[in-house]
Order: sequence, then C-alpha cells, then structure tokens
Amino acid sequence: MTPVLELKDAAVRYRGTAADVVADVSLAVEAGESLALVGESGAGKTTLLRLLLGLARPTAGAVRFDGAGLNPRDREQMRRFRRSVQCVFQDPYSSLDPSRRVGAIVAEPLRSLGLDSRSTAAPKVAAALERVGLQADAVDRYPHEFSGGQRQRIAIARATVCDPRVLLADEPVSALDVTTRVKVVDLLAELKQERGLTLVMVSHDLSVVASLCERTAVLERGRVVEQGATSQVLGEPGHPYTRRLIESVPRLPV
Amino acid sequence: MTGTDLFTPTKRRSRRSVTLVVGCVLAGLIALLAAVSLFWLPYDADDTSGGRLAGPGDGHLLGTDKLGRDLFTQVMTGSRIAVEAGLGSVLIAAAVGITLGVLAAYAQGWIDDTLSAFLDILIAFPTLLLAMLIVAARSATLGSAVLAIGLAQSAVVARLVRILVKRVLAQDYITAARTSGTSWPRTVLSHVLPNIWPTLVVNLALQFGLAVLAEAGLSYLGLGAPPPNASWGRMLQEAQATFTTAPAGALAPGILLVLLVIGVNLIADGLRDTLDPATRRRRA
Amino acid sequence: MTLLDVRGLTVRTDDGRILVDDLSFTVAGGERLGLIGESGSGKSLTTLAVLGLLPDGMTSSGSVELAGTQMVGAAERSLTGVRGRDAAVVFQEPLTALDPLMRLGRQIAEPLARRTGLTGKHLRGAVHQALEQVRLPEPDRIARAFAHEVSGGQRQRVALAMALACEPKLLIADEPTTALDVSVQAEMLELIDGLVREREMAVLFVSHDLAVVSRVTDRVLVMKDGRAVEQGVVHDIVRAPRETYTRALVASARKLESALDLRSAP
Repeated sequence: MTPVLELKDAAVRYRGTAADVVADVSLAVEAGESLALVGESGAGKTTLLRLLLGLARPTAGAVRFDGAGLNPRDREQMRRFRRSVQCVFQDPYSSLDPSRRVGAIVAEPLRSLGLDSRSTAAPKVAAALERVGLQADAVDRYPHEFSGGQRQRIAIARATVCDPRVLLADEPVSALDVTTRVKVVDLLAELKQERGLTLVMVSHDLSVVASLCERTAVLERGRVVEQGATSQVLGEPGHPYTRRLIESVPRLPV
Repeated sequence: MTGTDLFTPTKRRSRRSVTLVVGCVLAGLIALLAAVSLFWLPYDADDTSGGRLAGPGDGHLLGTDKLGRDLFTQVMTGSRIAVEAGLGSVLIAAAVGITLGVLAAYAQGWIDDTLSAFLDILIAFPTLLLAMLIVAARSATLGSAVLAIGLAQSAVVARLVRILVKRVLAQDYITAARTSGTSWPRTVLSHVLPNIWPTLVVNLALQFGLAVLAEAGLSYLGLGAPPPNASWGRMLQEAQATFTTAPAGALAPGILLVLLVIGVNLIADGLRDTLDPATRRRRA
Repeated sequence: MTLLDVRGLTVRTDDGRILVDDLSFTVAGGERLGLIGESGSGKSLTTLAVLGLLPDGMTSSGSVELAGTQMVGAAERSLTGVRGRDAAVVFQEPLTALDPLMRLGRQIAEPLARRTGLTGKHLRGAVHQALEQVRLPEPDRIARAFAHEVSGGQRQRVALAMALACEPKLLIADEPTTALDVSVQAEMLELIDGLVREREMAVLFVSHDLAVVSRVTDRVLVMKDGRAVEQGVVHDIVRAPRETYTRALVASARKLESALDLRSAP
C-alpha cells in the first residue's frame, strides 16, 4: 500500500549554515494511521512538518504524496495536496487572523481551493464549527472574543472543513490548560475515528502522543533515533535519549 | 477571558476620544473652509479694490494685503491648497510606499538589504531639499510640489510598511493561508493589509500634517504654486515685511496652519489609541 | 514566623471587574506553597499584587504583608526596598525577563553589587559563583553572552541566578518551566528544589501543571476565577481532592498521564 505521505532520506540545510537541520530522515505514513514526531526544541520537528506540508523543499532526499514526488510548481498536484493535507498550528493566538471573522477564517480553505462559493461554503462552515463544539453564532465573531481552547477548536474546524485525508498538527495542545488539553485531545481522537483521518502530530508532550498516536518517531538533533509502535517506543525505549525524555516527565504522586 | 481588553483603564479610554474629537473639530474647520472655497469666495483672487494693507473691517474680514487683495479670500484659497497638498502627498506616499514596502518585506537576502539601504538613504535626505530638486527640475506648480513631497514621504511609509508586513508574515495565520491554498496576492489583500492598517493609518495622518508644512515651506521659498494662488506659505512670505504694521496678513495663515497640523496630529493620536485594543490583548 | 501574610486580597479593574476575589493564604519562612489554576484563575495577578507590580488600571485591596511590610497601597519607595531584598521573582518567559541588549554577566552583577557592594574583580568572581550555583557550564562564556545567544533553559537559569543573587527570603516563581523542554524542565525543577532547600528559602510557585507543583511544593492552593477553591498538603489534595473543581483538575491530569502508563505496561 502506498503511504499517503512519505519522507525518503530527507535532509534540510538552511543557506549559510554549516550543519543540516535534519538529515537522513525516512518516515512513511499510511492512510488511517497516526504518527507522532517527538523531540525537544531544535530537534527539527517543525522543519519536518514544513516538509510534509509542502512549505519547504528538502536539500536532499524526497517528499512524496500518494507515491509521487511533491512538486510545489505543479499547480494541479498542489491543489489536490492542499485539499487532502491540512494543518493545525501550535499557537492559537497567532494562527487565526485577528482582522477576520471566524466564519471567513474557517471558510478560507473552501474558498481558496475553489471548492465552494460563499453561499455553498456557509453550511459546511456551520457544520464544522458545530462538530468542534462551538455555537453557530461564532461565525460572526472575531478571534479575540474566544479563549485559547476555543481558538484551537476554530483552528481544527478550519483544518477539517474541506474534508482532508491527513491532519498535521504542530503541538496542538501545548498552549492550553490541562482540562482544555484533555478535551481537545478527545476531540481529535473522535475526528480521527469518525473520518478515518491520518494524523501526523508533532509534540513534546508524551502523554498527548500516547493518547493519540499508534506510531512514534523520536527525533534528536535532526535525526530519527528511534521509530516504531508507540507502546514500544514509549513503553520500552531502546535509545537513551528516548529514555531520558520519558524519565523527565513529571508525574503525579500515586 | 473573553471580550474586553483587561489592561485598558476606562479613564484613559475617555481621554483618548477627547483627543480625537478636538482634532476632528480643528481639522474639520479648515476642511470646511477649503470645501466652501470651491463654491464661493468673498472676492475674486485678483481683486485689488480694497485699500492696501487695510486693517480688518469694512467689507474685509481680515483686511487686505500689500496689493489690496482680500486676506480672507486668500486664507480660504490657502486652506484648499493646504488640504489638496496634504491629500495629494499622502496618496502618492501611500501608493508608492505601500507597494515598495510590501515588496521589500517579501524580499529575502541581498534584495531586501539593498532595498532597505536605498530607502534609508532616501529618508536621510532632507525632504525639503529633495522637494526643491524635483520642483527645480520641473516647473514650480502645486502638482510638482505635491509629487516631490509625496515621493520623499513614500520612503518613510515604505520603511514602516516593510517592518509591519514582516511582523505579520511571521504569524501562523499567514502559514495557514498558504496551506489553505490562498494565493500570494490574495494573502496580501485579505491578511496582510488589514492587519497593518491601524498603524499605517496613524502614520499617514501624521504624514498629512508634515506634507502641509512641507508645502507651506516650499511656497514660502517661492517653489510652490505661483501667485495668484495664495498658498499660506506664500502669504507668510509676502506678509513678512509688513508684519509690524499689518500683522493680520501673517497671523491669519500662520495660525490656521498651526491649527490644521495640530488638529491632524491629534486625530492621529486619537486614532492610534482607538484602533488598537482588540489586537493587543495579552493572554490572561 | 510568617513571611507572607495575605488577607482578603481583592484585585479589581477600573471598570469594576473582580479578577482576584477575597484571597487569603500564608507562607511561613522556609515553607513552599504552590498556586495552581488555569488561565484566568488569577494566580499570576496574585503574585504581581504581592509584589505591588499590578499594571495600570488595576487596584488591589485587602492586606498583603511581606516580611513585615504592607504591600497594598504602599508607596513605590517602600516597595522597591522589599523587592529583591525580601522577595525575588522568576517569570515564565526568560526572553522577556532578560534585557536583550545587556550582557548576561552584567545583568547578574547589578543586583549583586547592590546587595554586597562588591566591585571589580570581586564582583566578577561573585557573578561566576552565582552562575555556577545554577549549574551553568562555561560561566565565562555565559557571562559575556547576550540573552539571544544562549538556550531557553540557560536563560531561565540566568534569571534564577539573578533572583537568587539578592538572597531573598521568598522566591516567587511564576510558571518558570512552562516554556522549557521537558528534560530541561526536569533539571530546572531539581535545581530550584535543591537551591531552595539549601538556602531555606520560602517559595511561592505558580503553575497550571499539577505534577510540576507536586514536585516542588509542600502545600498547594487551588484557584478558580480569582477565588481560592481548596487548600492543603499537596499530596492530600492530589490523592483525595475534596472540591468538585479540584477533582476535575486532578482527573484531567490523571487521564492524560494514564495514556503513558498503558504504553509503559510490559
């Protein structure tokens, strides 16, 4: 089965720097699967995410979508790609345009990809907002009227409104409180179940990773040091870095 | 956690609207004079029937100048020229400045550096001097003056737009627009410009005041619109010699000039404060 | 000996909104109290009120006695004497807590010099010692570096060194590890724990993370919407929460953590 998204020996190096930000990265995501990218700051997770989103090109290796190399210049492919692969960003305070109303924000993928006119988009927007637990009147309000958790829901609504196959999430709950975190994680799990979504999630929060993803890849300084089933990687970590990460998580007293 | 800005005290908020109101009143008065002058003037521009340097009264509200022309008429015409100069310059500065600024913000590496250096040099060049060069190259008309001032100011606007746009481009919602398939021009129109608008408008309001002053300066030096178009700057220059005997000729344009510039600056101040709140919320 | 005595603290905005409502708690010398709550619970505002650092447009009423000085309604002059000497703060975001244009060594030297009166070579030595105390390797390089040239964890250690340089009786830490990576966080918590015990300092530790708070404090106060919900020994609160809100908080934290446990099962 062709993986829906794939990185093959990918490397990225920024102009003017000596070292690769990421190197020798090979990851494959099958349809309906969920993969977590775990690591600390500077590990290269965001760079990998940008590769998978078609926002950056690898300096070596390849990024593949449905088996074919991703070519940003191929308009038709990019249109299909953008429709199938959407993203939820980390900071709910910066991922929503403060000058636009929620309705317009959520409708943007539908409009920009030419999927709907303003009138046909409206019911889809309403449905998406409802699905994430927000009231219908949210469409006319501005982002600053909502809390962090609610904004992240709006971001999820935007990411799911065009019915994508793959959802990429960059630390989707890190900026949220614990009780909100649990609710958003539950929402993502439900959406994953309902729509058979493929999920690729970048996170440094291991408990969120364990709740949502069956497979995990651990990144250290731009390289994948361990990869496999989450129960294996986090349960019986082979690599010392992974072990250190798990031991660092502060635990509640039993 | 929703709704109003936690950190804006109510007292401060009401003080701001006073600023805005006072500014609007001052600038509005001048604008009114300018508007009226388009339809009606008490005397013709070259009517020299009144006695020379007559004081206020007797059919002339402010008196007459050294050639016998009505001062009030000249003041009204001058207000129209001042407003035209301000608007014209600001429009040119905005059009050129915003375009250059957006391009500079998207530029990377050496293109960005070169463009920024070019803008910095332009800004360092004294506006008046630059304006004089342009006016000297063409003929001395209001149009030349406005073009010159507008171009000189566009560098400042471009610099500001560049930094504002760069800040916006660093936000996640721009990346989200990209992944939503939004085209680059559409992103600039729907996401970038609306988010730099408040700060930009305030700056343009300030540029208006500066443009009016610059035009007055150019006219004073004889480089602006030629007589009989009575720009305030020209009136000041002509009334210089007779200031002690017939002060109205200098006081009238001088005071109105000050009122207009202060009025516009107060509007800029008031706008700056009222346009900001929603976007500046701190996370609770 | 009560170091910090807060009684009926209320913080309201100029247009009448109440952000902290009739809060009371005490911190004795050498005691470690945690303030736990979610966004909007008023926990950060409480620390600001304790130091007299509330922003314009907010006023506090009630009583806050810090090392014998009444902080509510006091003149700025008396407040500056208390800040740094009796209480020091470490904030969440090290990038904004440190002056970006000043070398780190100099930023530590300032409070040190104020307190000890040292100068020149002796002052430099004291700065190095301060950096070593927070277990920063290469203190020479760090002292000469600017804030943006070191990592987030290192910046936060420098901020901690600055706070400790004044040898305060009370250390107030407002989410000091939230912006850090998980392994760096673990080290930072261990560092704070060790230093606080060593110097017998009192700590007021603010966080939204129950696990973190239970690591570094003895007692905890749970806040919601500006009010105190429950107070007690941290282990008791976590194991047997009484109030509904606290139960919900603990339940959410446990639920997330349990995901890790399942995976760790052999």
